[in-house]
Amino acid sequence: MSEFRTAKGGRICRKTPLNFSFDGQSYAGLQGDSLASALLANGVHFVARSYKYHRPRGIMSAGTEEASALVGIDRGKGRFDTSTRATTQELFDGLKAQSQHCWPSLKFDVGALTALGSPVMSTGFYYKTFMWPKAFWEWVYEPILRNLAGLGRAPKEMDPDNYSSIHAHCDVLIIGAGPAGLAAALAASQSGSKVILVDENNEIGGDLLNCPIAQIDGTNSWDWLAETEKQLASLPNVTILTRTTAFGYYDQNFIGVVQKLSDHLGSLENKPDNKTLRERLWKVRAKRVVLATGSIERPLVFAGNDRPGIMLATAAKTFLNRYGVKVGNRPLVITNHDSAYESAFDLAEAGVEVAAIIDRRAKISSKLVEQAGKMGIEILLGHTIVQTSGKHRVCSVRAAPVGENASIRKIKCDAVLMCGGWTPSVHLFSQSRGTLTWRDDIGAYVPNNYTQDATSVGACNGDFLMSQSLNKGAVAGLEAAVSAGAKAPKSTSYKVVNEALTSDIPVEEIGIFSTIGEGKAFVDFQHDVTAKDIGQAVREGFHSIEHIKRFTTTGMATDQGKTSNLNGLAIASAALERPITEVGLTTFRPPYTPTSFGVLAGYSRGDLFDVTRKSPTEKWAEQNGAVFEPVGLWRRARYFPKTGENMHEAVARECKATRTSIGISDASTLGKIEVVGPDAAEFLNRIYTNPWSKLGVGRCRYGLMLGEDGYIFDDGVVGRLSEDRFHVTTTTSGAPRVFARMEDYRQTEWPELKVWLTSITEQWAVIALNGPNVRKLIEPFVEGIDFSKDTFPHMAIREGMIFGVPTRLFRVSFTGELGFEVNVPSAYGLGVWQRLMEAGKKFDIVPYGTESLHMLRAEKGYIIVGQETDGTQTPDDMGMNWAIGKKKQDFIGKRSLVRSDMLAPNRKQLVGLMTNDANIVLDEGAQIMGEKSNVIPAKMIGHITSSYWSETLQHSIALAIIDGGRARMGEEIYISMPGGFYPARIVDPVFYDPEGERLNV
Amino acid sequence: MLLIDCPYCKEMRPEVEFSHAGEAHIDRPADPSSLSDEEWESFLFLRSNRAGICFERWYHIHGCGRYFNAVRNNVSEKFILTYPAGQKRPSDAQIKGALS
Amino acid sequence: MSHFSLPSLVANALGSNKGWTKQWAKPEPKANYDVIIVGAGGHGLAAAYYLAKEHNITNVAVLEKGWLGGGNTARNTTIIRSSYLRDESARLYDHALGLWEGLAQEINYNLMFSQRGAMALAHTVHDVQALKRRIYANRLNGIDGEWLSPQQAKAFCPPLNISTDARYPVLGAGLQRRGGVARHDGIAWGFARAASARGVHIIENCAVTGINRAPDGSVTGVETTRGTIGAKKIALSTAGNSSMLLDMAGIRTPIECFSLQALVSEPIEPIFPCVALSNSVHAYISQSDKGELVIGAGTEQYFSYSQRGPLHSVEHTVAAICEMFPIFTRLRMMRNWGGTVDVTPDRSPILGLTPVPGLYINAGWGTGGFKATPGAGHLLAFTIANNVPHDISAPFSLKRFQTGNLIDEAAAASVAH
Repeated sequence: MSEFRTAKGGRICRKTPLNFSFDGQSYAGLQGDSLASALLANGVHFVARSYKYHRPRGIMSAGTEEASALVGIDRGKGRFDTSTRATTQELFDGLKAQSQHCWPSLKFDVGALTALGSPVMSTGFYYKTFMWPKAFWEWVYEPILRNLAGLGRAPKEMDPDNYSSIHAHCDVLIIGAGPAGLAAALAASQSGSKVILVDENNEIGGDLLNCPIAQIDGTNSWDWLAETEKQLASLPNVTILTRTTAFGYYDQNFIGVVQKLSDHLGSLENKPDNKTLRERLWKVRAKRVVLATGSIERPLVFAGNDRPGIMLATAAKTFLNRYGVKVGNRPLVITNHDSAYESAFDLAEAGVEVAAIIDRRAKISSKLVEQAGKMGIEILLGHTIVQTSGKHRVCSVRAAPVGENASIRKIKCDAVLMCGGWTPSVHLFSQSRGTLTWRDDIGAYVPNNYTQDATSVGACNGDFLMSQSLNKGAVAGLEAAVSAGAKAPKSTSYKVVNEALTSDIPVEEIGIFSTIGEGKAFVDFQHDVTAKDIGQAVREGFHSIEHIKRFTTTGMATDQGKTSNLNGLAIASAALERPITEVGLTTFRPPYTPTSFGVLAGYSRGDLFDVTRKSPTEKWAEQNGAVFEPVGLWRRARYFPKTGENMHEAVARECKATRTSIGISDASTLGKIEVVGPDAAEFLNRIYTNPWSKLGVGRCRYGLMLGEDGYIFDDGVVGRLSEDRFHVTTTTSGAPRVFARMEDYRQTEWPELKVWLTSITEQWAVIALNGPNVRKLIEPFVEGIDFSKDTFPHMAIREGMIFGVPTRLFRVSFTGELGFEVNVPSAYGLGVWQRLMEAGKKFDIVPYGTESLHMLRAEKGYIIVGQETDGTQTPDDMGMNWAIGKKKQDFIGKRSLVRSDMLAPNRKQLVGLMTNDANIVLDEGAQIMGEKSNVIPAKMIGHITSSYWSETLQHSIALAIIDGGRARMGEEIYISMPGGFYPARIVDPVFYDPEGERLNV
Repeated sequence: MLLIDCPYCKEMRPEVEFSHAGEAHIDRPADPSSLSDEEWESFLFLRSNRAGICFERWYHIHGCGRYFNAVRNNVSEKFILTYPAGQKRPSDAQIKGALS
Repeated sequence: MSHFSLPSLVANALGSNKGWTKQWAKPEPKANYDVIIVGAGGHGLAAAYYLAKEHNITNVAVLEKGWLGGGNTARNTTIIRSSYLRDESARLYDHALGLWEGLAQEINYNLMFSQRGAMALAHTVHDVQALKRRIYANRLNGIDGEWLSPQQAKAFCPPLNISTDARYPVLGAGLQRRGGVARHDGIAWGFARAASARGVHIIENCAVTGINRAPDGSVTGVETTRGTIGAKKIALSTAGNSSMLLDMAGIRTPIECFSLQALVSEPIEPIFPCVALSNSVHAYISQSDKGELVIGAGTEQYFSYSQRGPLHSVEHTVAAICEMFPIFTRLRMMRNWGGTVDVTPDRSPILGLTPVPGLYINAGWGTGGFKATPGAGHLLAFTIANNVPHDISAPFSLKRFQTGNLIDEAAAASVAH
């Protein structure tokens, strides 16, 4: 057993030794240790280097407020956790920890040379230099600065672990399982209220864990804790979550909570397929929240207060009482608050020689003096520390009377325990947007006005005594349960003996700093912000606390100022000669402690990152070698390559087959809406630019939809099934917004119309068949529909059966060939598809995907909304004035079409382009110029919206929008692409079968 | 995540079930063609956008599918009232009543 | 104003850094100014600086209701680029980028402007078309842009996942090498210092409560929490408060305000050498000089002035980052915050005259105003000095919403960064 481990006591398991290593050196610890306590048990204090000056740093706390002792934990491939607080990492057998932010080693760190330049590297120095010569910033200064910064190690490998999330609802959420939280949980759970109790530590108890000598109602505190835990665990309405941090308090009592599940476990590699559930995100909605988040001890700001071995006084007490670890053989205490005496007394009780207690106060209670006297501890009243020594560990301090640099006395020690009072942890309360009020007696802000259904109890509310925590916690728990709807349970009161010491702290004592010579007195230990830095910021005119924070970076490190903010505020207040309450506060923001990206992403990783919508034939396409593309949330087949084919070859083959015999394609992704009711036609009149009243039953029409701003919004074919029933189709990705828009107008603008809408996208599978042989293919399998050319003309819809399955059969074409779109109930989609493929063999039927679809429609000059248009095109721009019902008084967007800029001459209009060189396929997106000119900025007259090699025409074709394009037919224009200017002629956008003869066969 | 009281479902549901649908109580003019460009601009684009009490529309897209109106404080993010579309804009007194 | 340089740092170090003086003066407001700029964000301070420097108008006050640079200047993700689709936008943002490129030397303040490249990822065929279109247009507008294959994108940004079986595979990327990031606070402080040195009054903790008008309708000054202050010309540069201030002059605007969240990770060694943006996966990311990954996405869906947002948006944003950069899952979010952005119907700003004589507006920059800081200030100063819009900003008039000539960047990019 090491000399720093006590003979007895603590909550570690002395029978279970654990091995671990730090920077390659092996050490022994015990089950129940934190990495920090295990290191201290081995006498290791120096574990880290600070951010800016690379100063040696030790372990300055025993909890989540730790700003200095950040290490890397290496758990094998993909499991390296950088900047982990040694104080919150539980020890497990085989744990490998490494120091970080130093090179080549912790002890010999080249980065420490920056300390030599530290007077020049005064706060905010980087705003003032590295500007000359200009080019040096990019190539020299910035890379050096970036390499010096960047505290943690960058990840290199994939993380094998899993993360999960869960929603939870409760009557009372209690955050913090110290005495206040436990008393609240006991009270709130009595009458059956659903209670969730969370605590960031590996066991409940909070401050009770540090106070084994306290007695609650005559019971030893640890026995009381065990009893309480047993009682709460037995209640079905109570959920206790340890290793669980409430990190964010959002609107309407929504709390983000992270539960750590495996960071404390050894050997994860043995798990099946090497996957471990690492963390779970609890998204808790609570009727009431009880904040019992405790308080954080403040460091004192004196010269050299950052050496390894210097820590918060309560940390030493925690290491002793909870972990059985003495933080040194000759610790010294510096304080301005009674509570530090407990640490001194507890250590002395454990046989440690306390070098002295230096108290900044001139007068303290006689009880403390007596007790110290009994234990043989010297007290230096009205003294402070003005300097410390020790390269990698504090070895002595120089003490002097407060306000004097005379009569300096050197005191040897191997640890310094400091206490500058206590700051209630109001982080979550402030995140909930409660407002704070300053309390002079404790020198801190406490909760004042609540904006959400919450209560703060115990130390986080400024009540530091255990008896206050227990009794006020009990009341808060009871009230919370009642306000969440429970019957009034009976009240409880607690009596505590031997509870913690507390004292007032004069406000002028906070953040006060003492130093002689050039010694650095640190405020923010991680970012190396000193008291002088804050003074300098104020001198430079940074007077708002936000400016001071940003200029000095105090409170901006990974601990977000848990130990530094109030000291910084107080020092700023003094420098500004303004009361602390007039200096302001920086905003508390989530998360309370750093929260992994993995747990925030939760299940939304890989295939589950987003919903994937699949059409009924998706599996068939997969089996038949389709290449897919994401379109909105859909996964659509892009093309079906045969062995050895590239995309262009496949598309050429697919298009040729469609033009000469039959192409088959899945169009199920098209949005479909059934519009029903006596006013259905009138409704569509108002939604679309086109007129609908006179559309005959059994006929279809292409419909164009605008926004109120007059720009094209969506399009699709609409079929009239009966007088009062329309089958509307939309674009694939536009379907949800079209439906929402229709519902919006129906419900809110025209509630008088008798019309009902149903989204039927998922109800109908749509198989598009195109090509001269299509009628021959399907006619034999269709019942109840007359297929003759005249009775079932182009742009018509019929209902009947195909392969014995009900169908809505559209005769429409997006390819310019004879086309049918076979709508069948989705469940039959794949079956019908397979039968059509089978029956189509004799016609050499070929499946095609979106790429050929786009190619075939481009040959016909059909637009795709979102490709030819980008949200700024009018119907006239697209040459589609024919789609506007001239006699209609109104439709969505009509009024906007007559605004001056919409009628401006020379708007960009849709045209076709034929390249002079038939083989040049233009780049989509390439810009068009009226002349070959290398002047920049160039005059661009339009751009290529679609461009393909047309197998049918044996010529490249393109669609474009060009300034005043329709009046420029035949003109030669130039497309600027890599390689030069490519000439092309402006032509009609319909390249193939302009008379539409192929449609009417 | 906001909790929204759908006046049709008569239930508090989480924000992810809803989509926001812009400012409330902007009626589409009965005859847009008769409006001047200024008037049409006002309908199309000009908005109140005040900090504090705002009137807004929500669409219960993953719920009942209904559009409705809400009065909300956009600084505190607290809902004050929700009510069916078409209902008159609540008076200051009604809002005050709901707040107390 | 003392000159900042390495020698000045050394000299001050020898004096224990006690010799530094205020970076900007803190005068009491005068009764009258030639020009009042409301809002001491980066844009407003830049306008004051350029008024003094280029138009010799130094009798200027910048009024700020809180601390200078405390609005969106302090809250953004600092992305700078000029790769905008529309000719008007491209000219506007490239004007700003051109100013960024010599600014640190000009105002003697290191803005840590890092032209590490802004790379927009394409995940769908539609993204490819849209990005290529933008690159073609940019190049002919004199703005650098290049298309990268997935392999080239990965070489440029090694943490990128280019696996073809990703839910949204990377099909390529558009890169503007001149794009990058800068230090957000630095630009506000640097302009404040430079403007103050030229005699501009910067008055913090001075909220404007009214705009005073002459019988002919022209402005005569403002009412503030520190009293009445007269001015011949008033410019509003108050993102997140624009509608309320214009309201004081009886002007209704096509602006709506939303919360926009951002977050940073704990600082790590350099790993992310550029800015990456994705419309389809919906997030953007860069790494700060300090080593934090700086991450953001789109606005919240509902109107807000709360400067905060819900957790589920953060979950989505982080999931999007982990989708594109899956090795980041063990990194930790250190801080998450929100700001209030002005959003216009076409996602383009409003910069120019108003119907009220002597009143000028700079607003509606949406989620991407930081990159425009020097440009917006420069053009606003020109507009104030000459009472006519600059050629570059003329298309961004308030009038366009009436005539219909919108400059729609929204159609081209759903995440306007």
